[in-house]
Amino acid sequence: MAFPGGASATVEPPATAPARSDRRQGSKKGGSRRGLIAWLFMLPLIVVNLLVIAGPGVLSVYYSFTDWSGIGGSHFIGIANYRKMFTDSAFGDAFLHNVWWTLFFLIVPMGMGLFGAYLLSRLRRFVTLFRVIYFVPYIVASVVSASIWQSLLSPEHGIGKFLGVNFLGNSSTALPSVAVVNTWSWWGFLVIVFLAAMQGVNPSLYEASGLDGANSWQQFWHVTLPSIRPTLMFLGLMTIIWSFLVFDYIYILTQGGPAGATEVLSTLQYRDAFENQQAGYAAAIGVVLALISGVVVASYQILRRRRDWDI
Amino acid sequence: MTVAAPSIPRNVRSSHPSRSRAPHPAFYLVLIVLFAFALGPIVIFVFDSLKSQSQLAADPLGLPLHPQWHNFSDAWSQAAMGAGFVNSAVIVVGTMVGVCVIAGSGAYAMSRLDLPGSGGVMAYLLVSSSLPIQLFLVPLFFLWTRLGLYDTLFGLIIIYWAIFSPFATLLLRSFMISIPHDYDDAARIDGAGEWAVLFRIVLPIAWPGFLTVALVSALSAYNEFLLAVTFIQTNGKMPISTTFFAFQQGFTQNYALISAAGVIMLAPMVILFLLLQRRFVDGITAAGLGG
Repeated sequence: MAFPGGASATVEPPATAPARSDRRQGSKKGGSRRGLIAWLFMLPLIVVNLLVIAGPGVLSVYYSFTDWSGIGGSHFIGIANYRKMFTDSAFGDAFLHNVWWTLFFLIVPMGMGLFGAYLLSRLRRFVTLFRVIYFVPYIVASVVSASIWQSLLSPEHGIGKFLGVNFLGNSSTALPSVAVVNTWSWWGFLVIVFLAAMQGVNPSLYEASGLDGANSWQQFWHVTLPSIRPTLMFLGLMTIIWSFLVFDYIYILTQGGPAGATEVLSTLQYRDAFENQQAGYAAAIGVVLALISGVVVASYQILRRRRDWDI
Repeated sequence: MTVAAPSIPRNVRSSHPSRSRAPHPAFYLVLIVLFAFALGPIVIFVFDSLKSQSQLAADPLGLPLHPQWHNFSDAWSQAAMGAGFVNSAVIVVGTMVGVCVIAGSGAYAMSRLDLPGSGGVMAYLLVSSSLPIQLFLVPLFFLWTRLGLYDTLFGLIIIYWAIFSPFATLLLRSFMISIPHDYDDAARIDGAGEWAVLFRIVLPIAWPGFLTVALVSALSAYNEFLLAVTFIQTNGKMPISTTFFAFQQGFTQNYALISAAGVIMLAPMVILFLLLQRRFVDGITAAGLGG
């Protein structure tokens, strides 16, 4: 599976990178001294990784079994934090919001990305111009794009004033509004990736289907979509992971409000860790989020090994 | 140039059959609607930044007929954006250089030095680059407090090193692996040492990879929010992203000034992007796909 970006260098996504073997028997003459040098070159990477990611990651698992407040000592309380999740309505609501968010992102931005990429793949001129413009929102910092939309949606002077809706302040419209803002900054990325995949589709498939009398829609459905299934599957699974980790837009636009209407697991974790002195419970939420993405990554790896899935 | 995966031949597009007939006008209409969706909010934002507060309230979506250029200088001073830019510059350069050094030497060990156990290291990097920040955020915060790294630029830079390096290493490794071993074998026969091989052969060939890594880490460090807002407390130490956020939260509802500050923050990256868009797009899509 490759994602040709278009320029000189094309990179395999790391998820598939280890396929290539780089061991060369012939150049192993230096023996253990060369091995030592190699490990010295690896050292900076391993030190920062252990200090920032692996070490605190392991500590998170430990603290998730304690009543740690964040300051002072902690007591081992077994699986009480995980049990609490089942009765904690804040956790349940946040989890459902993440599920809603996942479904939204699997349908709306993915659909828009596919649609935009398909249109661009059939365009003869200005492809680069459209590609660049569609991508611009993606490089806008989350704080700025949140501000752009806060102003646009504002009930005092934006679209909200004309429609008489307080988009971000009303508990029934807040979550969809934040999702639209995040979609704006996200879908251009999908266009770029889908376009690259579509440009790799064998043109003879279109020719053959055209001779058989297929119209544009039939070609899209029966040729384009099946041909880019690896990309589709990969981005679909990544969307699930990213949807469960969403933080920036919600924290910046609504801070989880109004009345918890936009609370998701990562904003709940943030509040528990840094405001409610429940660092142990927050650590447990972090472990759950890591498990969710672990399950998705693992199922991706399993699906890839099944020939008939072709991803 | 060095290519890790087979790239699609350029002429594939021109042989697409649908290119022979002109698309339906509705086709262009939809493309332009999407164009407006992408760019419209930014254009309105730029217009807002040039309006007076009262004009913005009266005519939010209209043209700025009497451009208030002083909004930019007002926003700059009131939001203390100068300090924010200096801090961001330190963070971006520190992150960029550090990631290139850390990931570059790691990739060199994995691709050119026959690192013993490189398969295990590879698996470890793949796993650690897919761990969510939320897993290690809470203990990391308290660890940083204890180590005196909390609320320091250097502390934030170290975190960026750690989270951007795994992907950068895998990317640079794929660049370095494609360099034929004959080059350095020949150089070694001619008496070149490890350093000479690294600096005279590997780096010059792999530099497009380093440029991509530098751009992606610079953009990510400049735009990053969650870690910056968690690990920097003092106003004078904030990078531009949280400087802007604090201004937006703490200030009155003066959207004209907030927009001006936002435009100032947006400008450097948009200009850099438009200049180097192809490399940006390639790097970001590769990084995004790497998680």
